[in-house]
Amino acid sequence: MSEWIEVVELTQIPVLGSRVIKTRDMDIAVFRGSDDQVYAIRDACPHKNGPLSQGIMHGSSVTCPLHNWKIDLNSGEALGPDEGCANVFPARVEGGKVLLQLPQVEAVA
Amino acid sequence: MKEKLVLIGNGMAGIRTLEELFKLEEADKYEITVFGDEPHPNYNRIMLSPVLAGEKTIDDIILNSHEWYAENCITLHTGDPVVEIDRVGRQVKSAAGKSVAYDRLLIATGSTPFIIPVPGSDLDGVIGFRDIKDVEIMLETASNYKKAVVIGGGLLGLEAANGLMKNGMDVTVVHLMDILMERQLDKPAANLLKASLEQKGMNFLMEAQTASIVGEKRVTGVKFAGGSNIDADLVVMAVGIRPSFALAEQAGIHCERGIVVNDTMQTFDPKIYAVGECVQHRGNCYGLVAPLFEQAKVCANHLAHLGYGRYEGSVTSTKLKVTGIDLFSAGEFNEEEGDETLVMQDPAQGVYKKLVIRDNQIKGAVMYGDTMDGTWYFQLLREGTDISGFRSTILFGQHDLGDAGHGDGARVANLSDDAEICGCNGVCKGDIVNAITTKGLFTLDEVRAHTKASASCGSCTGLVESILASTVGEGYSAAPSKKPMCGCTEHSHDEVIEAIQNEELKSMRQLFDYLNWKTPDGCASCRPALNYYLLARWPEEYQDDAQSRFINERAHGNIQKDGTYSVVPRMFGGLCTPKDLRAIADVCDKFDVPEMKVTGGQRIDLFGVKKEDLPPMWKDLSAAGFVSGHAYGKAMRTVKTCAGKTWCRFGTQNSTGLGVQLEELTWGSWMPHKFKLAVSGCPRNCAEATIKDFGVVCVDSGYELHVGGNGGIKVRVTDLLCRVETEEEVLEYCGAFTQLYREEAHYLERTAPWVERVGLNHIKACILEDEAGRKALHERFKLGQKYAQIDPWKARADGAEANEFTPIELAV
Repeated sequence: MSEWIEVVELTQIPVLGSRVIKTRDMDIAVFRGSDDQVYAIRDACPHKNGPLSQGIMHGSSVTCPLHNWKIDLNSGEALGPDEGCANVFPARVEGGKVLLQLPQVEAVA
Repeated sequence: MKEKLVLIGNGMAGIRTLEELFKLEEADKYEITVFGDEPHPNYNRIMLSPVLAGEKTIDDIILNSHEWYAENCITLHTGDPVVEIDRVGRQVKSAAGKSVAYDRLLIATGSTPFIIPVPGSDLDGVIGFRDIKDVEIMLETASNYKKAVVIGGGLLGLEAANGLMKNGMDVTVVHLMDILMERQLDKPAANLLKASLEQKGMNFLMEAQTASIVGEKRVTGVKFAGGSNIDADLVVMAVGIRPSFALAEQAGIHCERGIVVNDTMQTFDPKIYAVGECVQHRGNCYGLVAPLFEQAKVCANHLAHLGYGRYEGSVTSTKLKVTGIDLFSAGEFNEEEGDETLVMQDPAQGVYKKLVIRDNQIKGAVMYGDTMDGTWYFQLLREGTDISGFRSTILFGQHDLGDAGHGDGARVANLSDDAEICGCNGVCKGDIVNAITTKGLFTLDEVRAHTKASASCGSCTGLVESILASTVGEGYSAAPSKKPMCGCTEHSHDEVIEAIQNEELKSMRQLFDYLNWKTPDGCASCRPALNYYLLARWPEEYQDDAQSRFINERAHGNIQKDGTYSVVPRMFGGLCTPKDLRAIADVCDKFDVPEMKVTGGQRIDLFGVKKEDLPPMWKDLSAAGFVSGHAYGKAMRTVKTCAGKTWCRFGTQNSTGLGVQLEELTWGSWMPHKFKLAVSGCPRNCAEATIKDFGVVCVDSGYELHVGGNGGIKVRVTDLLCRVETEEEVLEYCGAFTQLYREEAHYLERTAPWVERVGLNHIKACILEDEAGRKALHERFKLGQKYAQIDPWKARADGAEANEFTPIELAV
C-alpha cells in the first residue's frame, strides 16, 4: 500500500505551470490548474519522451513542447488524433501542501 | 409531363452524361431508363488493370452503386441488352422482352475487343481484356495454369500482361511491330519500357505475327507465321477495340467506323444521341476516357436544352498504369520533316524526354522515367504556347526561382490555374483549389467526391495531393472567409487585435471575458498569441504571463530533442573580442557544454545545457558583459553584417557599425515571429540582406532598405522599400517598419507572408508617404523598447522565477 507523500507547497507551483519532482526512478511533473487543482504525470510524453513539465497547460491538459501532442492530465491519454498514454499519479492539496501517491517498490527481504 | 430518356449502355460514357445532366440540375426534365449488358452497376473500366494486378478490388472501382440509381429515380436494367431500336415507334426492345418508349435516346454501347480471326480464336481460354468478366477469367486461370500469352504490346496488352505476371503467371507478350506502344511511344522510350518490363520478368516476342491458336477444346499454344510456336494456357487478345454499332446500324442510323455524330453528339436521327467509344466524330474514334467525358459534357448540355456546348475533338495524352513505371505521351511524338526535336536522355537514370516542336510550339511529348512535367507540357501543347522564351530550359521542366529542394509541391504551386491536373475528367488546378477553399475540403477523398479529380485512372493522385497540401497549408491568405484564431473562440486574429486596442483590454482575463472565450484558460495556440498582442499594445502596463509563453521563451534558451537547452550570447553585429571568446570558452568549460557551433546568424550556440544549470551560466555570461541573444524567441534575433568599408575593397559604408546600431535599437523586442536583419556593405550582399525581414544594402549614394525576405522553408527575396541617405534615416525607417509589423501582423506570421497579405503599397503608404505616421511608429517602437531591453538572463540569474529552474528532489 503506497503512502501519500508531501512534495511541495502549492504556492511554489505557478498557476497553469508545473514543477519537476525528481524521484529515484523517474521525473514527475506536478501541474497546478487555474482552479488550484493539482495533477501529477510522468514527465515524458508518450510520443518522444518530451518533457511535459515544460509544456503549456490549459484546462486539465498540457501541450508537449516538442511536437505539440496534447495530453489529458487526468488520464494521461493523448487527446485529438494522437494515441498514447503517460502514467498519472494521484495528487491532492491538503493544508496548502501538495501530496502525491507514488508507486512503491516492495522491499526485497 | 416528363420526357422519356433511354440510355443504352451502362458504362462510363453514358452514365457520365447523366451525371453531367444532374450537375446542370436538369434531371427533372426526364424519366430515365438505363439498359446495361453486364450484371454490374456502373464501374470504372480503366481501373480493371489495377484490379487484375491486385492493387484494387471490384468494390473499389464501382462508380455508382444501385442506391445512386434509386436516389436519382433511374430505372436500371442490368444484364439485359437492348436488341432493337424502333425509330418510327420511338421505343427500344430488350433481350428479355421489355419495351420502353423514348423521347430522346442515348446510345453508349462502347466497344468490343478485336479478336484476330485466326483458326482457334474461339477456343476456351482465349479472351479479350474489356470487362469484369474477363478479369475474373484471368484471375481464375492464373490460379490453375502457368503460361499466358498476351497478343498485343499496346497500352492495354502491357497492363494485362503486368496483371497476369503479378498473379504468378509466366507471361509472354507477342507484338506485331518492333516498338511497344507504337501509338504512344517512339523507339528510345519504347526500348526503355521494354527493358524495365523485362527486368520485372516479362517476356517479349517482337515482330511476331500470330498464325493460329492451337488446342482441342482449350488453348494449348500459339503458332506464328514463321512456323515457330509457343505453349499457352491462356491467350489474351489486346490488339485493339472495335466500336459497337451493330444495333444502331440495324436501326438505319448512319455508321462508318462508328456511329457518326456531329459536334452536338447527335446522330443522323436528331432524337438519338451517341457518346463514347461507339461513336465516330470528325473521322476519329477514341479509346481513351478523357475524350468520352468531354463528349458526355456536351451531350448533357444538349439534353438539358441549353444548346451551346460543342465538341470539337480531343487531343489525348496517355499514361501507363503499371506500378513503378512512369510513362507519359501526348500529341504527335514522332517528328515529321521540318519539325525540331528536343531530347534529353539519361540511360543510367532511365530517364528519357522528347518534345516535338513546330513553329516554336509543342506538338508532341514522350517522357519516360520522369513524367512530373507531363501536365505542363500537355498544357503548353493544348494551348499552343510560344515556347521560344524558355526553350533552352524547357526540358528541365517548370522550374522557378526559389523552389530548390521543394519537389513536387512547388512545381504544382507554380502551375497556372488552368493547368489540367486530371486528364481523365478534364479537371484544372483552379477547379481543385476552388473546391478546396470554398467547400473547406481536407482529404483526397473529399476532393475526389467534389471534383472527380483523380477519381478515374488515379495517375494524377500525387498532383492532387500536392495541390491539397499547398492549398490547405497556405492557411490564412487562402481562406476566403474569417478564420477563428483557434478552437477557443469565434474571433479572428484581426478582431482580437482590434478589440485589445478599442476596448482597452489590458489583461488576459479581461480579454477572455469580453470576447466570450469558450475555454477557461485558452489553449497552447491562442495564449501565446494573446500574451504577445497585449504586450505589444500595452508595453508599459501589461503584466507578461510566463505560463502563456512557449518553453523556449519561458526558459530563455532553445529546448532540444533530449530536453536540454542551448544558449546563444548576443554579439552585436557579429562583432566580438578575444576577451568575449575567452569568457564564452570559460563558461563552456565550467558547465561541461558538450558542443559549440557558430550559427548562420554569426553567433555562437552552446548546446546541451541542463535546465538547472541555466541561471548560474547566465550569471557568468552577464558578468562577462553578455546579454541574451534571444535565439529562442518570437523576437528580434540577429543583425548579420559583412566587413564593410573599413576592411573590404568593395565596401561603400560602415556596414558593421550600422549593424551594431540596428541591433542596439532592436534587441530584446518581442515580435509576432522571429525577425532577422542584415546589413551588406555593397551590392555583392555578403550579409544576404535580401532574404531578411529587414535588410540594408549599402550603396555609394546611401542605403537601400529591403523588407519581407525569408530564407526559411519558402525562400522569399525582399521587396525594395526605398533608398535613404543617412544612418539616422535607416534607424528611423527600421523602427517604423518593425513597429508596423509588430502592430499589424498575426502572431506566428513572418514578415514575408504579412507583406504579401497586406501588400507592399500599404507598407509604403504607412512609412514613406506619411512622415508623421512613420515618426509616430518609430516613437512607439522606442517606447516599447524601454520595457523590452531588460536582459532576461540577468534577471533570472538574479533569482527571478527561480522555481522554473529548480527541480524538487525526492528520496523515493
